Amino acid sequence: MSKALLYDATLCIGCKQCESACAQQNKLPYDDKVAAESVQSEHKYTVVLTKDDKFMRRLCMHCEHPACASACPVGAFHKTKEGPVVYDVWKCIGCRYCMVACAFAQPKYEWQSLNPRVRKCIMCPDRVLAGKPTACAEICPTGATKFGEREDLIKEAQDRIRQNPSNYLPRIYGLNEVGGTSVFILSSANVEEFGYPASAKIGDTPMPEYTGRVMSKIPDFIPVWSLVLGGIYWISHRREEVAAAEAEEKNGSAR
Amino acid sequence: MKIKLTFWKIVFMVIMGLGLYSAFIRYFYGLGAVSNMTDQFPWGLWIGFDCLCGVMLAAGGFCVIGAVYLFNVQRLHSVVRPAVLTAFLGYLLFIVGLLFDLGRPWYIWHQLIYMNPHSVMFEVGMCVMAYTTVLFFEFLPNVLERFNLKTPIRWIKKIYAVLVVLGILLSTLHQSSLGSLYLIMPSKLHPFWYTPALPFLFFGSAIAVGLAMTIFESTQSAKAFGRHLELPVLVELGGALLVALWVNALLRFEDYFHRDMLGQIIKPSYEAYFLWLELTLAFVIPITMLSFKKVRLSPNGLYLASIISLLGFITNRLNVSLTGFETYVGHHYVPKWTEFSVTLMIIASGFALFGLAVKYLPIFPEENHRAERRPRTEIRPVAATAVLGHAGD
Repeated sequence: MSKALLYDATLCIGCKQCESACAQQNKLPYDDKVAAESVQSEHKYTVVLTKDDKFMRRLCMHCEHPACASACPVGAFHKTKEGPVVYDVWKCIGCRYCMVACAFAQPKYEWQSLNPRVRKCIMCPDRVLAGKPTACAEICPTGATKFGEREDLIKEAQDRIRQNPSNYLPRIYGLNEVGGTSVFILSSANVEEFGYPASAKIGDTPMPEYTGRVMSKIPDFIPVWSLVLGGIYWISHRREEVAAAEAEEKNGSAR
Repeated sequence: MKIKLTFWKIVFMVIMGLGLYSAFIRYFYGLGAVSNMTDQFPWGLWIGFDCLCGVMLAAGGFCVIGAVYLFNVQRLHSVVRPAVLTAFLGYLLFIVGLLFDLGRPWYIWHQLIYMNPHSVMFEVGMCVMAYTTVLFFEFLPNVLERFNLKTPIRWIKKIYAVLVVLGILLSTLHQSSLGSLYLIMPSKLHPFWYTPALPFLFFGSAIAVGLAMTIFESTQSAKAFGRHLELPVLVELGGALLVALWVNALLRFEDYFHRDMLGQIIKPSYEAYFLWLELTLAFVIPITMLSFKKVRLSPNGLYLASIISLLGFITNRLNVSLTGFETYVGHHYVPKWTEFSVTLMIIASGFALFGLAVKYLPIFPEENHRAERRPRTEIRPVAATAVLGHAGD
């Protein structure tokens, strides 16, 4: 049901057609200058990096349990059942907690704008809904970026490693990281060399769980703590009332 | 009325002028033009200082209210009003700070209609709104008394128990949730500061800061407004501060001990220097000072110890929000001068508003009676310089 992308770095030839297709799809300017930029930004949602003779693509991982969606106070991000993690600019108040929360540092900001938006790859949700592959996958001449059913792509990635073990590092980046993503990476080089966070560092626990552990206790905490505080208030003031009543009684009996 | 220019008045006006210029840049040229925040450093000085430290420094309100109304420690009654005033101003200025920092502040009301209960930021937002409302009602009697409106004061007195409980409940949630904000980034925040105990540490330090801040503002008002100092109150607060500092220090030690970090925090490194600075200012110096009875009984000793511990906890918040990310990001973040000037403008307005409130409202009631006995001319310059006298402190 849920869709995903499989990026096989060993098939990538670094032609950057995914970059230009992405820019076109999202109505962003793309020329030689933008093509030469090797960082993602508010006008470049995906980038193909080169190191020695190896290539690596970076884009939003579309986590199964996205930190951005959990962090956003107004719910401007959400994971669609088709797979893409999408952004509703109308809701956004610009707190940028999504940017701080994302383990892959994907959300970028329109710092120069007077009404800034958060920008990131949204996995062409309109195309995906219409049953079409993402713009980057459609244009890729070598099939390095492949669009498909999440389960199918996992199987395919496993098969590729099994059939050609010398070609790949024995892992699918994105399969378990932060509880799984919708973008999988196969490569012969360590993805960490291209700026991806190390698997050991981000772990397999979905990021929202770290805050969820605290947030889930709040509905219980509020009534309990209110009762405790109210109880303390009552006791400490009750003592006063009793003292006052006793004093009055004494005065009364004395009279 | 002739306005006399004093040194501090000029400093205040320069700060306000530069701040307004930066505000103009912020709203007409955008966040990129006014700040050194980037995609790598999306949260800068305004979150680190104006928000995290601002809320922490406003903790005196709930600490003192809790002591006086919840635990019925009537001896501290005289510091309730200044503490509530500080808290109320603190939260108002925190909201002003947010209006600078939010990219789309004109949509801030979305918080009320698009709610995401999983978000810590949502909890922070709701608590700020609710607690500022509570503080408004806790502060309102000052204004009502000034205009001699007795009926509404009676109404507020009737619901005061609810306000007290609600205020402390919201403060507990809110102070701790500022720490919880950082729980979602275990891979980014340096392990010196990332710990599952963050919400507890933030709440614990808020109490210590609340006490230190109350000592600081009482002494500071005494100096600026020529008020007489209530030493027994300060001594009591100083004792409580010493206990709070010990508890906090113990929490920090336990945290590092259980995470096997003790070996790492004593090894010199960029982060370690900042951690040492934080721990020295927040704990080592003030605890040592306050352990001496002589210091605990002297107004100057208490004043100094509280200021040093405040600086320590401010360092802590800045470490959590800024220093702790530098290794992950791979470069340093130094705020632009315009960021500093907005922060300074907010602090200066806080001092000025505090001065104005003290001048026109019965914040220190017993002083007003005394003042009336004195000739008017004598009190004017004191109050007037006091209003602006704090501007640059």
